[in-house]
Amino acid sequence: MLRLAALRLPQIALTLALLSLAAWFAIGLMPGDPVSLALFSDPRLTPEDIARLRALHSLDQPMLERYLAWAGGVLRGEFGYSRLFAQPVPAVLWPALRSTLVLVGAAVALAAAAGVALGGLAALRPRAAPLVDAATLLAQAVPSFWLGILLIILFAVRLGWLPAGGAPEPGGSVLPFLVLPVATIAFGQMAAYARHAAAALTAELARPHITSARARGGSEARVLWRHALPNAAVPLLTLLALDAGGLVSGALVTETVFARPGMGKLLYDAVMGNDYNLALLALLLVALVTMLATLAADLAQRWLDPRLDA
Amino acid sequence: MMTRLRLGLLLLALLALAALIAPLAAGWIGKDPFAPDLFARYAPPSPDHPLGADELGRDLLTRLLYGARISLGVGLATALAASVLGTALGVLAAWRGGWVDTVLMRLADGLLALPALPILVLLAAMDPARLGLPRGEAVTDMLRIVTILVLFGWVGVARLTRAGALTILASDYVRAARALGVTEARLLWRHVLPGLVAPVAVASALAVAGAILAESVLSFLGLGIQPPTPSWGNMLANAQEAVFAAPLAALWPGLAILLAIAGCSLVADGLSRP
Repeated sequence: MLRLAALRLPQIALTLALLSLAAWFAIGLMPGDPVSLALFSDPRLTPEDIARLRALHSLDQPMLERYLAWAGGVLRGEFGYSRLFAQPVPAVLWPALRSTLVLVGAAVALAAAAGVALGGLAALRPRAAPLVDAATLLAQAVPSFWLGILLIILFAVRLGWLPAGGAPEPGGSVLPFLVLPVATIAFGQMAAYARHAAAALTAELARPHITSARARGGSEARVLWRHALPNAAVPLLTLLALDAGGLVSGALVTETVFARPGMGKLLYDAVMGNDYNLALLALLLVALVTMLATLAADLAQRWLDPRLDA
Repeated sequence: MMTRLRLGLLLLALLALAALIAPLAAGWIGKDPFAPDLFARYAPPSPDHPLGADELGRDLLTRLLYGARISLGVGLATALAASVLGTALGVLAAWRGGWVDTVLMRLADGLLALPALPILVLLAAMDPARLGLPRGEAVTDMLRIVTILVLFGWVGVARLTRAGALTILASDYVRAARALGVTEARLLWRHVLPGLVAPVAVASALAVAGAILAESVLSFLGLGIQPPTPSWGNMLANAQEAVFAAPLAALWPGLAILLAIAGCSLVADGLSRP
């Protein structure tokens, strides 16, 4: 397990370095730079002012040199400021990261619980299997942002039970603001867990140790819970490992629909608002969290199934 | 199961038909999907506007039909390009081996590890004018989106075809063909590629679904197809602004995306379990 981590961490660092370079040039191709925005908001700026501002912010330097200067600063722990929020970047990033992790964590827990329950139903009651099949097909095909809008129309506009989006007032309860976004993400995720749980449990229930447990008089609940599920959990963890990263970055859409101040929304606003520094650092943080989550899931899988470490 | 394949193909055929007849249908109903009619803003469904009208009074049904052209076009183009590129690179990696294989597969690993959606957002926000492409044309938008999606889309196909090609290249009939003096090009074309058709077909069907979803997400975020060209994604973005005035407007584009994705998944499912 230590070997895997020792192998993976330098890979992660290299990927981040390459990604930051590529993203630096991609951002350079986005329309407008901070000085042209300043000109937009204050037409009295003269061409001399523009040249002075460009020199002040080193915008007249070649892109590669600016990249190296920026990367050196980041490595020294100088993350700079967000132009959009007029705050140091870490002060903007941490609350957003926490909000996204809460959202994704709750959604994964709900999706896994509902998916395993549905999969168990399909494995234990073959007559219900086609119904579960159809439900998972539907859940996989529903675009999450559409589901989000429909939930807003039903629960916020028509019934008025829950807020349509945003964040609670300081000190207010977070829960009402979490219900709809969590349901939106969990519904789509549930499908994959249900499919894999159904396949793994069906295979597991046909094995001799299950027959033997049943012959000894174990109740169906005990057989499922103690004998089938632990073995069936390994492929589910594989699924989680594959998904962990995509979930954190995929929250972007849900956060935009519900106007939740998370990493995805922050990144989107930063890209749209021409806030280079914030966009770049947010992207790198999302990539880092993505890769660390995948690594953690891989390690957990090896811990559950030591045969994989051979 | 044959029924899944048929049901999926039927769904996709219906959507393709909708895309093909869009200009004709606009003529029959006598509605221009681009012409605003401010007296019909947020009109509810009626014989005049079968699905209602949007925030500028444009007919939703004809816009929905035109949107099918964008979605299916982006989906098919992306899947085709990603499958061809992915198969070529996958077979190349398996056939050449050595450093070519290592470089390609490390690249694939790196792309898979990255957070795709934020990078798509970043790439989609790039200014095409700085690369010498015209700005704001629907075709440019489609080309830009397809390019961005293929950039990530080839990886899955390449890993799949590499694994398949490795198995085939180690088989006895390939050794026999080599012993008979068949050229390497003919070997790959006649003996390796046919064995890869089935897995690539399944992967392509899923790639169409993924591309349709990705296009609608980007357009929904305002980074894909730019208005006034209708796409299911940007129609949903407009509909979200109007959840109070016209809640029904949000129903149709999402339903269309759902049917397209379900059709592709059914086809992929049907192909993979014969």
